[in-house]
Amino acid sequence: MDRRNFLKAAAIACTAAIPAKDLKANEKFKIDEDRVGVLVDTTICIGCRNCEWACKKAHNLSTEPLEKYSNREVFENKRRPNNKALTVVNQFYNPKNSQLPIDVKVQCMHCDEPACVSACIVHAITKHKEGPVTWDSTMCIGCRYCMVACPFQIPAFEYDKALQPKIMKCDFCIDRQKEGKLPACVEICPTETLTFGKRKDLIEIARDRIKRKPNRYSNHILGEHEVGGTSWLYLAGQDFSKLDFPKLGSDPAPGVTESIQHGIFAYFIPPIALYALLGGIMWINKNKSGEE
Amino acid sequence: MDFLMKPTLLKDKKFFTPGVIILILLAINAIVFLAFRFFSGLGSMTNLNNQNPWGIWIAIDVASGVALAAGGFTSAALGHIIHKNEYEVILRPALLTAMLGYTFVALGVFIDLGRYYYIWHPLVMWNGSSPLFEVGICVIIYVTVLYIEFIPIVCERFIGKVKLIASLSFLNKPIDSLLRFLDRSLSKTMFIFIIAGVVLSTLHQSSLGTLMVIAGPKMHPLWQTPILPLLFLLSAIGVGFPMIIFESLIASRSFGLKAEMHVLSKLGRMVGPILGIYLAFKIGDMFIRGTFVYLTEINTQSIMFVIEMLVGVIVPLRMFFSEKVLNSKLLLFFASTLTVIGVMLNRINTFLVAYSPPYALKSYFPSVGEISVTVGFIAILVLIYRVIVMNLPVISLPDKKLVHKTKYEIIGGSK
Repeated sequence: MDRRNFLKAAAIACTAAIPAKDLKANEKFKIDEDRVGVLVDTTICIGCRNCEWACKKAHNLSTEPLEKYSNREVFENKRRPNNKALTVVNQFYNPKNSQLPIDVKVQCMHCDEPACVSACIVHAITKHKEGPVTWDSTMCIGCRYCMVACPFQIPAFEYDKALQPKIMKCDFCIDRQKEGKLPACVEICPTETLTFGKRKDLIEIARDRIKRKPNRYSNHILGEHEVGGTSWLYLAGQDFSKLDFPKLGSDPAPGVTESIQHGIFAYFIPPIALYALLGGIMWINKNKSGEE
Repeated sequence: MDFLMKPTLLKDKKFFTPGVIILILLAINAIVFLAFRFFSGLGSMTNLNNQNPWGIWIAIDVASGVALAAGGFTSAALGHIIHKNEYEVILRPALLTAMLGYTFVALGVFIDLGRYYYIWHPLVMWNGSSPLFEVGICVIIYVTVLYIEFIPIVCERFIGKVKLIASLSFLNKPIDSLLRFLDRSLSKTMFIFIIAGVVLSTLHQSSLGTLMVIAGPKMHPLWQTPILPLLFLLSAIGVGFPMIIFESLIASRSFGLKAEMHVLSKLGRMVGPILGIYLAFKIGDMFIRGTFVYLTEINTQSIMFVIEMLVGVIVPLRMFFSEKVLNSKLLLFFASTLTVIGVMLNRINTFLVAYSPPYALKSYFPSVGEISVTVGFIAILVLIYRVIVMNLPVISLPDKKLVHKTKYEIIGGSK
């Protein structure tokens, strides 16, 4: 093969290697300034677990009748949200008053820059500009990489299903929100532990509460800066690590992964350059061995 | 070397040996467990849960599988791109290993996916920011490239010899002309696929490392580093030749052939420096991030890290620099085996040992079913390898009749 043919074929191979895409991936996803969130004030929560019941009802999950939820024995073990319960309340010892344990509701935090969305191989998880992070059953292939990626270890998988196992996690009652209703847990909460509203307003409210009662609250709104900010925000009377929250920095949850990915694939230049380089080496060496 | 080497089918060898029968039993065992997986869900036979979503099927079948198939692209780079003719005898076995290795990586992914029947989704639903997407796409294309690279071997065997059973004999001619057509067109274009194979390999070997970066603080700092992709690429290149040596020595022993020591020790000579570069990056990274402090704690992670580095990198590194090792079949095999184990350990450590989810009640250990399937897949791979080398010209044997080398030059490798 002569040089011209070689170059021609190499050029064709290069263009074939560029899928027509991703140039628009650089357009940064714009999140809504007025996105919604929920403020969870763990100093108010009484651990009635009505939110757990309402959540199951709203998501058509099987549940015991509401009366059974007053059973306090469940607090003996720490629980995590799973494929049968998208939110759970755990109880912790209160060093300030051992008679008044601290109750903490756990569910998806709906990160502003979610690791699960960045990780998902097929984009089955979406961050809506209004706040919620939701999962799409029609796309998911069940690889469970979102579970590896989530810094709060929230997504759960239906391991017992042979067909169409689902990734289960709080969807912020996005369907109810579209109908103008409150999320089920917020609606049923009898103590105003849960405050639904615009995230920026919730931060104001939280700051105000801390300012007015500095003894009641520790000066930290969990979720304001953690992993780049989350839609759900928490207030507590003590250090969050004592309430089983992971200690996280303020860098966005996907971390350096996206910089690495976009570095390696910056407009496909590095792979194409490598291809060209190897092609050149091959060409030179082949000629050399031909001359021998 | 007295005689020139020619890829030959080993059809006069016996297929069934005691070892082969054990492999068949292991394969059947895996298939039984797989039936549970497909009829009652992943939970029925694995120890996976919401805290540990990935187990040995990802760490061994997929991550280690990809790394250990690196012999395919490292040998292609050496033999075709740098164009060292003396390594020709290892090119076909390495290509076959890579082809089968990647096929089983794909199978490993398939059984691990909760919705395996949607395995094609990444082809049409793209997420450019996901390293898993990149790994997936690269592996799909690379498997295709490997099969294309293998076609000339099939052509060489069957052109002019297509003889189907009576009722299908009318197909003999069309198949023969198809093979001739493929052979002709590939001989002109093979270099495109060879280069593409090397590029695709560098891409996904490194992205496999990027996979775990997103787990952030859930990963033990001894392994969690932004240069994980570089470390994965370097260790994959490092294990490429040891893996070729490892399987070449096993194959020659199993078929009672003379080992290709002159080529293998040359290959071994290159391993030392590559492992040295890998070790330098690994230790440099440790010092830059100050993670060596974690070695003072005694726990599973620190012990596994020391074993991985000592047994899997430092000892083989020293061995590959010794003339005595390079010229001894036994010691060379030992050093290569250590490197292979080292890279496997590294992948298992990165994906499983280092990964400590925040709310796990107990740490993950694979179930009997998971181990059975992993072992069974390896058994099936070895069996298919055996069938292929007995029926297609893959392994080179000395040929007394040969005078010219051009006859069996890899098609597309030159003019």
